[in-house]
Amino acid sequence: MKKVLIVGATSTIAGAVCRIFAERGDALMLVGRRADVLDATASDLRVRGARAVHVHTMDAGDLPSHETMLTRTGELLGGIDSVLIAYGTLSDQTACEQSGELTAAELHNNAVSVAALLTRIGALLSQRRAGTIAVISSVAGDRGRASNYVYGSGKALVTVFASGLRQRLYKSGVSVITIKPGFVDTPMTATFRKGMMWTTPQRIARGIVRAMDRSTPAVYLPRFWCPIMLAIKMIPENLFRRLRL
Amino acid sequence: MASQTISSWGRLFSGEHGVFCLKSRYDPFPNITPFSSVLPYGNGRSYGDSCLNVGAAVLSSRFLDRFIDFDPQTGLLRCESGVLLADILRLVVPRGWFVPVTPGTAYVTVGGAIANDIHGKNHRRAGTFSRHVRRFELLRSNGERMMCAPEENASWFAATAGGLGLTGVITWAEIQLRRVIGPLMDVETIRFANLNEFMALCAESNCDFEYTVAWIDCLSKGRHLGRGVLRRANHAELLAAKSPRPRRQRFSVPFTPPFSLVNLTSLRLMNTAYYRLQRRNQRRIEHFESFFYPLDHVLCWNRLYGPRGMHQYQCVVPSAGGREAIEALLEAIARSGKGSFLAVLKSFGELNSPGMLSFPRAGLTLALDFPNRGTGIDQLFSQLDGIVQSVGGRLYPAKDGRMPGKLFRSGYPRWQEFSRFVDPRCSSSFWRRVMADV
Repeated sequence: MKKVLIVGATSTIAGAVCRIFAERGDALMLVGRRADVLDATASDLRVRGARAVHVHTMDAGDLPSHETMLTRTGELLGGIDSVLIAYGTLSDQTACEQSGELTAAELHNNAVSVAALLTRIGALLSQRRAGTIAVISSVAGDRGRASNYVYGSGKALVTVFASGLRQRLYKSGVSVITIKPGFVDTPMTATFRKGMMWTTPQRIARGIVRAMDRSTPAVYLPRFWCPIMLAIKMIPENLFRRLRL
Repeated sequence: MASQTISSWGRLFSGEHGVFCLKSRYDPFPNITPFSSVLPYGNGRSYGDSCLNVGAAVLSSRFLDRFIDFDPQTGLLRCESGVLLADILRLVVPRGWFVPVTPGTAYVTVGGAIANDIHGKNHRRAGTFSRHVRRFELLRSNGERMMCAPEENASWFAATAGGLGLTGVITWAEIQLRRVIGPLMDVETIRFANLNEFMALCAESNCDFEYTVAWIDCLSKGRHLGRGVLRRANHAELLAAKSPRPRRQRFSVPFTPPFSLVNLTSLRLMNTAYYRLQRRNQRRIEHFESFFYPLDHVLCWNRLYGPRGMHQYQCVVPSAGGREAIEALLEAIARSGKGSFLAVLKSFGELNSPGMLSFPRAGLTLALDFPNRGTGIDQLFSQLDGIVQSVGGRLYPAKDGRMPGKLFRSGYPRWQEFSRFVDPRCSSSFWRRVMADV
């Protein structure tokens, strides 16, 4: 049995990951903003076989609240083996273009707060010299595109931050795992037209659990995104600025 | 709000829809402007247009997929309405329980099972799905949440069971499961040469077998008319120690072939082969998945019918005069040379269906599918409609995309009573079609 903390547990991808852990009989701490949905998720996971499920309501953008949450998680679970950080909002790009405040707020939620939380969790786990921290970034963080660079640059910070943290914590036996999903069919993207490139939260969840089990440092999910993003990253800026991607 | 193309399982009907979704059972009914109406949408397994609302919007339940409570002592399960029967089975079979009624696919949602008041191969014993629903919550477009049970808001329960999603959206439901020992089925397969033999076999199977279903070779004429293969089964009284396991490997039809692979030549070959290869009285232990859901192993099998899709035709004819009516239907199909591969014959028992628009009633039910080959098929369908109507039978809305409004209204005499319960914001392509000529 593992003791797992999930921040952003009401997201569909995190929910699908939780189900896999629940079926393994793990003990879970679910953190999110909506108390009613957290409770609904918790009872679902109990039915599916989780050893114990606790919930904690928190807005991750409120940095001082991280400490309370981590203390409470440690007490209720009796320690933490793995962490999944899965929260984030899909920024409204056009609205952000009109507002510096909104852009900053989006970056605060999707990037700054994640960096703060990773720092605290990294410190906690490296004391115990064991553990796994997985964080959901995005293929959008690999290159800034006109259509969603606010969201993308936030995720870019997460990717780079996690990469550095991974190096630093390597010696202390803590694995940091960067997950870069492509297009996933979730409520966040409910209004998008779906094509061949889209995949299900369940498939992403299986990939996340596999990466966490094997301590894979960074994965694209599904894997076909790896060569695609490699190619996109290689396009020179001079050409890239003319493209509509 | 971007719109999306949604097509139903028969792939014959599709159209642009606005898509709304409920993320949990606590979510309010969405504000659907600018759309005129919305239709609760589960897993889209209905064949015709009853799961579509072309030109307007759907309210998807696919994120309403949480269990709420399960008591392994009593078998009472509470879950959100977007949970699939496949998910339920995965959870409860290892603990000795089974869904009380199941259709031929496990990829239907609980909400859809109630809204179509589905039936299974055990109708004689168990009746329809809604008979096992203890209660559910109905969310109306005015924001009202109503607890519906056979004894509470009973008229709303009766309108919503079989109500095709038109009375509002079901957010969660409580279902009484049935006990089983394990995942295995004790299955007997018997060949029959004609309808009389089928009737005799049915009568004989009724007391000893919970599940009965027959496949009919509907290309055969004359003295072979109505020949087929009957399968009857019980849940096996043994545990799965070293027994058949479900095939894990699933195969998907990766793309739509340019023409239907189901055509007269392939049908004649397959039907004859299937009938001939069946030895008499074969009895064996099978996993429940292969007995109930043989087609679930081929994901997207509906693509085999090509880009033009397929029609389904399922009718029920009352017991009195039922055999003659089925004979007439089969004769008409054999004459037309438009036989279907998945021709399935079942008998419905006397148990009352709770819904105002529930399809099952005592008698015989025949389900057929036809690749869509354009005009000739309409003539055949009108002929079949005539036979069904003359004996007071009716067609199944979940399979239908074409029945005339008159046939719907004569088959479902409570339609007027039902229409008073339709939510002012809910509609469907099916409903508009059968109500167009009122």
